[in-house]
Amino acid sequence: MCGIVGIYLKSKKFEKSLGGMLSKMLVSMESRGPDSAGFAIYKSDKNKIYKYSICLNDMSFEKFKNEIKKKVKLTNVEKNSDHVILKSIEKPNKILPILEDFSTISLVGYGKSIEIFKQVGSPSNVVKKFNLDNFSGTHAIGHTRMATESAITTDGSHPYSTGEDECLVHNGSLSNHNNLRRKLKKNGSKFSSDNDTEVAAGYISDSLKKRNLKQTLNKGLSDLDGFYTFITGTHSGFAVLRDEIACKPAVIAETKDYVAISSEFQAMAHLPNVNNAKIFEPEPGIVYSWGK
Amino acid sequence: MILDLKKLKLRSVNEKLQNIDHKKNKRDFVISNPEGNHAVCAGLTENIDVTIKGHVGYYCAGMNQNANIIVDGNVGTGVAENMMSGKVHVKGNASQSAGATAHGGTLIIDGDASSRCGISMKGIDIIVKGSVGHMSAFMAQSGNLVVCGDAGEALGDSLYETDIYVKGKVKSLGADCEEKKMSKKHKTKLKELLKKAGSNIKPEQFKRYGSARKLYNFNIDNVSNY
Repeated sequence: MCGIVGIYLKSKKFEKSLGGMLSKMLVSMESRGPDSAGFAIYKSDKNKIYKYSICLNDMSFEKFKNEIKKKVKLTNVEKNSDHVILKSIEKPNKILPILEDFSTISLVGYGKSIEIFKQVGSPSNVVKKFNLDNFSGTHAIGHTRMATESAITTDGSHPYSTGEDECLVHNGSLSNHNNLRRKLKKNGSKFSSDNDTEVAAGYISDSLKKRNLKQTLNKGLSDLDGFYTFITGTHSGFAVLRDEIACKPAVIAETKDYVAISSEFQAMAHLPNVNNAKIFEPEPGIVYSWGK
Repeated sequence: MILDLKKLKLRSVNEKLQNIDHKKNKRDFVISNPEGNHAVCAGLTENIDVTIKGHVGYYCAGMNQNANIIVDGNVGTGVAENMMSGKVHVKGNASQSAGATAHGGTLIIDGDASSRCGISMKGIDIIVKGSVGHMSAFMAQSGNLVVCGDAGEALGDSLYETDIYVKGKVKSLGADCEEKKMSKKHKTKLKELLKKAGSNIKPEQFKRYGSARKLYNFNIDNVSNY
């Protein structure tokens, strides 16, 4: 099953309450996904600092902080439950190999604007754990998971990020992910789980090197076999795509201040002025996108 | 009587509407703050009027008998699924599988319905003032589907005896579905259906689609395909 949610703010009015809006959306999608939850939140990227979202797993924060400080010229390390946001002016090509040397931690995403948090447990516990209500930002994407094809682990939780400021959440299942994973690995993509969605995220990141997001998703219609409603985030906005059979639901509400998407309308019922929003279902096989 | 879903539990609201006290003679109900809840007004059996003020979730008015239900908003998947009788009027858009498997009654959708509208319908009359999505009236057995807008891909696939009327464009017809002649009998029926939905559109502007009846019986020439 799984639940997916997203908000893109068109005006600055709700930037401070973005976390609170997304948090309620995730909690109301608990019935669709009680096993794990996660979210990616984008804040403006005016400075040159990179943010690396890391799940510490069993490593203690102090130990990580001490060890990373020996290796990287840092500006900051912020702890949020069992996750850490490492901020540095150093570029990914330098930092990523260093992080790979830590065998116990997992990098969940990186970029100039994205921050990702995901963990096993019910969505209401996960949003509380990371204090999602206190987050601000320009757009955000979230997921509640009902695990079907791979284990309930942090690695199996969404969103998946396989490129700078990119992320993907997925409701559905892919049937050709093993073949596609092999192909992408040959081209140099790296995967950290057996999950089908991670392959779709890797496919999108790989394709984005040559195409824009809209072209990438349109190509995905023929390359990705299975059922899906995808929300894919980039530094400037997000895009939505449903498979051509439209097996998995999605509903969009658009007002002058925001665009919200979720698996079911009830996730959006609390949003400001939603009863006057333009509410519609994204048509199957058509890419919808907001932001630059 | 106003039933506020912000204050009352969905189950208690549905129970109340399913067990009408005949002595009290209350037959008008308004449900406020539905907030996308599922199964609102499912399983009603009495001739009562219910207006839902706002958007609802899945299976709204499912299995309805006799009740007259108005939704002042959008509905999720499977509105009026398996309806037996009565009337359901959606003032907004409907999600997929609207009126699925319904045996009777009338479903009116003022906006668009999405894919699989009227799937396996068995006697219901569905009037959609907007357009319908792909695979609408799939395996539809009897009743009428009226579409004032356009129809998506594979309309009426594997159709039995439902009459489909479409005013706009049909993206493609499904297996065994074909355009049929619009006789006087059909025009009269269509006029009556449009009138029920408060529409003045002339029946002449519609085309009728029905079953070619080629899938009804096993064809011995196809034996090698099995």
